Amino acid sequence: MGTLKFLIEKEFKQTLRNSIIPKLIVGYPIMVMLIFPWAINFEVKNIKVSVVDHNNSVYSQRLIQKVDASKYFIINNITSSYDEAMVDIEKTNADIILEIQPFFDKNIVKNKTADVMLSANSVDGTRGLLGNAYLSQILNDYSSELRSELAHTDMSPKHKMSAINIIPQYKFNENLDYKVFMIPALMVMMVTLICGILPALNIVSEKENGTIQQINVTPISKYQFILAKLIPYWIIGFIILSIAFVVVGLLYGIWPAGGFFPLYISSLVFIVGISGLGLIISNYSETLQQAMFLAFFFILIIILLSGLFTPIASMPKWAQIVAYSNPLSYFMEIMRMVYLKGSSYRGIANPLLFLTAFAVGFNTWAVLSYRKR
Amino acid sequence: MIEVKNLRKNYHSEKSDKYAGIGTKEDKENGISFSVPKGEVFGVIGPDGAGKTTLFRILATLLLADSGEARMSKWDVVEDYKEIRKIIGYMPGKFSLYFDLSVEENLKFFATVFDTTIEENYEFIKDIYQQIEPFKTRRAGALSGGMKQKLALSCALIHQPEILILDEPTTGVDPVSRKEFWDMLKKLKEGGMTILVSTAYMDEATRCDRIALMRDGEFIAIDTPAQVIADYEQTLWSVKGDNLSSMLEDIRAYPQVETSFAFGDEHHITVDPNLKKEELSDYLTEKGYTNISINEITPTVEDCFLALTKEGEKGKEED
Repeated sequence: MGTLKFLIEKEFKQTLRNSIIPKLIVGYPIMVMLIFPWAINFEVKNIKVSVVDHNNSVYSQRLIQKVDASKYFIINNITSSYDEAMVDIEKTNADIILEIQPFFDKNIVKNKTADVMLSANSVDGTRGLLGNAYLSQILNDYSSELRSELAHTDMSPKHKMSAINIIPQYKFNENLDYKVFMIPALMVMMVTLICGILPALNIVSEKENGTIQQINVTPISKYQFILAKLIPYWIIGFIILSIAFVVVGLLYGIWPAGGFFPLYISSLVFIVGISGLGLIISNYSETLQQAMFLAFFFILIIILLSGLFTPIASMPKWAQIVAYSNPLSYFMEIMRMVYLKGSSYRGIANPLLFLTAFAVGFNTWAVLSYRKR
Repeated sequence: MIEVKNLRKNYHSEKSDKYAGIGTKEDKENGISFSVPKGEVFGVIGPDGAGKTTLFRILATLLLADSGEARMSKWDVVEDYKEIRKIIGYMPGKFSLYFDLSVEENLKFFATVFDTTIEENYEFIKDIYQQIEPFKTRRAGALSGGMKQKLALSCALIHQPEILILDEPTTGVDPVSRKEFWDMLKKLKEGGMTILVSTAYMDEATRCDRIALMRDGEFIAIDTPAQVIADYEQTLWSVKGDNLSSMLEDIRAYPQVETSFAFGDEHHITVDPNLKKEELSDYLTEKGYTNISINEITPTVEDCFLALTKEGEKGKEED
């Protein structure tokens, strides 16, 4: 025990003496929490619309005003030629073309229906798709508005509409704020990077410097050596998380709804697991370059296939299987549940169980593959 | 005490024809065998790639041999590796201490790892450690080559090992530090320590009690340095003169010269015992060389090594 304590002391001494890592430990979580929730945002805003108005009537004017009033759209140009609008798209001055047919107003009054055409630039798929959806919604609103107006003038029963008004209520993230959704995920990503990559690099640099040979001929057991390498990073992981909790609480007013305790417990399990992965990487690489590349390879995969950016449910089947054999997915789930939903142990029991299994699995593999007698 | 019997380790892969390993060259029946009594400095001399490091790594319990036995003190390197690690000091060829820890912190680290303290062993390492103690707060990475060596030796000695294994300890160290280093080894040996040391510098061989000349994973001779030299049978001359580099070619062309090697500012050549110095001297003068002086000399360990290497190659050709 005394030896282990001394070994850990030595690791901390070396870490603190490093010119970058101590600054990173404090600066990294603050930076990530300060900047990324704003930048990594999938909300689509400021969609530029070019309107091709062949009709030029009161009805078409009202439609244009309605689009312009929406916070999602900016009217870029109103012309009467589709070709001109196409030029806007080509110059990327516009994302969507809204084309209003020549007899728009007449058709509405006479036939109670009228056509408009939406053409979206789908080079950026999300933007095109969402822009289209938002614009369709505005059109729907407008048409029901017109209907009720016209119904007033024409009181025949067939025009009486039974309108279903849907009032959505968004649970746990009432304002559909993307930041709230992203913050727990960013915390997970940070911990993964720090606790997964750093211990791997540390051990490999002992290999490169040859110091590991010197250690290997001493009576230190491999468990002592490995633990002494990992424990400092577990502690650093906790420090980083704690800083992130405080920054997020003060800056965005978001405190974990389920309390800190389940967060720390599951973080501990996750950190132990992910540092085990780092250890496996270090066991299979001889040089820092190899370790670096391997670490990035795996960590990129587990981050992208974890539901951090895209929901697991919308992935193809095979990717879902990968995602469910990924410890990050479970930790992400726990973090979001505890942070936003306020789940307690009962709610997170299942993913926590999976996390524990990963931690045990990774570390067993790591210890077995570590070549020191 | 070290005892090694038929030790073999084969690194040889199908893909390369370059030999690698120890004790497995060609179809020889046996691997490497030797023994070192307590309190002896045993030198393993050989060029890079001879297998010195492989041998030492096996003895230091860092590597498993394919076959054969080795005992350090009374412990077997495979079964009792835990005991061996308590009684050996190992200094690998490459400086392998923590660059970012200070001299004192490095020493303290290795002391603690061996469950002891600097204070307990201060007397033991005093001679060496005192030379670097003025720099004890300096980071190990900022030390000069010679000082690094002393620090590494101090760290290897901190637990007062019975057996010291030094893998090319003087490579890359200046001549003065090298001499100091060997003086230190002498003292340690007088204190009863068994020392196994490897080097590629032939001139260091004479400072060992016994040496093993190693080549391609085999010991080609094991004896005291004096005896290795005494066993040298050929007639050895040194040739000096102007324009040495082109002279080597002409000497080699002379029929009664058997071998010739450049040795700094002279050539060492072995010749037919019947050849007279004047004959060679006349031949070289005729070729236009000036300031020629030829002397019969006593061989150095390097000459012996070269001669033994040559013999091995000749043997191979005759097969």
